[in-house]
Amino acid sequence: MSQMPAADRNALQARYPEIFKRPASARLAMPAMLLAALAIFGFGLVDLDFSPTRLIAGLHQLGWITMMMLPPDPGSSLPLYLKALGETLSIALLGTTLAAIMALPVSLIAARNIVPDVVRFPVRRFLDSVRGIDTLIWALVWINVVGLGPFAGVLAIAVSDFGAFGKLFSEAVEGADRKQVEGIRASGGTTLHEIRFGLMPQVLPVIAGQVLYFIESNTRSATIIGIVGAGGIGLQLAEQIRVLEWQKVSFLILMILVAVAAIDWISGKLRFAIIGRRAVA
Amino acid sequence: MTTAVSILPPQQLAELNRAYRREVARKRLRTALAAALFLAALVVAAFGAEVNLKTFFTYIGNFASYFDRILTLDSGARVWTDFGEWFWGWRKWLHLLGETILISYVGTLIGAVLAFGLNFLAAENTSPGPVLRFVVRRLLEFARTVPSIVFALIFVIAFGLGPMAGVLAIAIHCVGALGKQYSEMVENADMKPVEGIRSTGASWISCMRFAVLPQVIAGYASYTLLRLEINVREASVMGFVGAGGIGQELVVAIRKFYYSDVSAILLTIILTVFVIDIATGWLRSRLFGREART
Repeated sequence: MSQMPAADRNALQARYPEIFKRPASARLAMPAMLLAALAIFGFGLVDLDFSPTRLIAGLHQLGWITMMMLPPDPGSSLPLYLKALGETLSIALLGTTLAAIMALPVSLIAARNIVPDVVRFPVRRFLDSVRGIDTLIWALVWINVVGLGPFAGVLAIAVSDFGAFGKLFSEAVEGADRKQVEGIRASGGTTLHEIRFGLMPQVLPVIAGQVLYFIESNTRSATIIGIVGAGGIGLQLAEQIRVLEWQKVSFLILMILVAVAAIDWISGKLRFAIIGRRAVA
Repeated sequence: MTTAVSILPPQQLAELNRAYRREVARKRLRTALAAALFLAALVVAAFGAEVNLKTFFTYIGNFASYFDRILTLDSGARVWTDFGEWFWGWRKWLHLLGETILISYVGTLIGAVLAFGLNFLAAENTSPGPVLRFVVRRLLEFARTVPSIVFALIFVIAFGLGPMAGVLAIAIHCVGALGKQYSEMVENADMKPVEGIRSTGASWISCMRFAVLPQVIAGYASYTLLRLEINVREASVMGFVGAGGIGQELVVAIRKFYYSDVSAILLTIILTVFVIDIATGWLRSRLFGREART
């Protein structure tokens, strides 16, 4: 290419000027965006009080904390921690199930192929708002309503997942094939029949897969809602961090890692059994 | 045109019907068993989580009335009758919201850069060695599984109260999450260009730069923008543990029952999340066309 005769090149350039000369705006767009991104980053570092001295002192402290964490050791509170872990798993399971039960009917009135846009739009926005609020915030709200304890955690996970499930389920419903529904209608079925026999058989496996996936991710959420007092292993974790019992902290973190890995493995197997290999990936 | 429907002889038909019914019965039995197991797990979980339906039904009214209360001003009027009174602290809140967004932006950027550096080492097809790959993968898994708020709790002690702890917590979580997504993209990349580059005698770094990167860079940007949106949500609660942002203000308002403040702050958070959601969606569609949005 580079050995192309100069005359030829000039001729080409004369014939197709727009290929050889990209407009300045196109050439400058990428560097300008990068520069803007870096500028905001720099401003952020200054505004958020980043300084090398703080960073080094903090890393030093962090290294010290890590040393203190080894070896992980529960002390004498192992039974307490196991109970807390059970509580966390219970919260995740119950919260997810409750959310799925509530979200199923709502997802139908948020799906494009079932209801007109007038109904769908406000329902969608409502679900978005519920989802926009973090689980921890819901936990704080529920603590005000039912008091401290794991029950508030269950309700917090149920409500915040309700928003996520509503959206995911309605997308599954929208992606369903119309033909079965038409078949049911052609044989004289009512709207409810259409939903039950035309839509549900297509949608349920997808939904089951999503619910299983969420049980796994909720195990993670359930470990932290204890930090604000809504039960589970997070409560123990936050307490041990506050009193600087680092060996117990590292043991609790290990417990969380193992529990999440176990749930991950189980739900992967179940998803595989329900919807086959293709959808697991 | 008529076609004869062939009807099987009765004994053969009965045989087939029986087989069909047996299969259906087996499937039903399996479903029923799974349902029973699931219900049993739920009951066990209900005891574990101290579910108390009596408390629930006694206080469920509180949940509705809580929203009634947070939508009422101190004067007893509905919040939307007096915006000035409802958003009395808007200067402070806007500043804290800005801080929240900045925390998530800086955290995402740090996380993305680190994940970018690590993901080629973690991907199956590009990793220079199995030991290195194993170590990097476990590190990423660790960073992803430990919730960012736990990192924040620890960092607040190490680095002191303030947004810096929040930024680092989000960055670490982000490395884990993005590192996994990035390396999965690399694993799906076409390896023929790599062979081409390697056959010219290029180093590993050149192979990554000229053969793999052009295939995956668009996907990276898309995932990073999605992650930014998730991180804004996470950053909104970092203040709960003293790691900066609007969360600090919100937790005080909820705990001290400043009802109308709670609704005002929640509304600003929801609006911010919406705006970021729409902005990143728009940016992604601008950068990669419509199909990359899903």
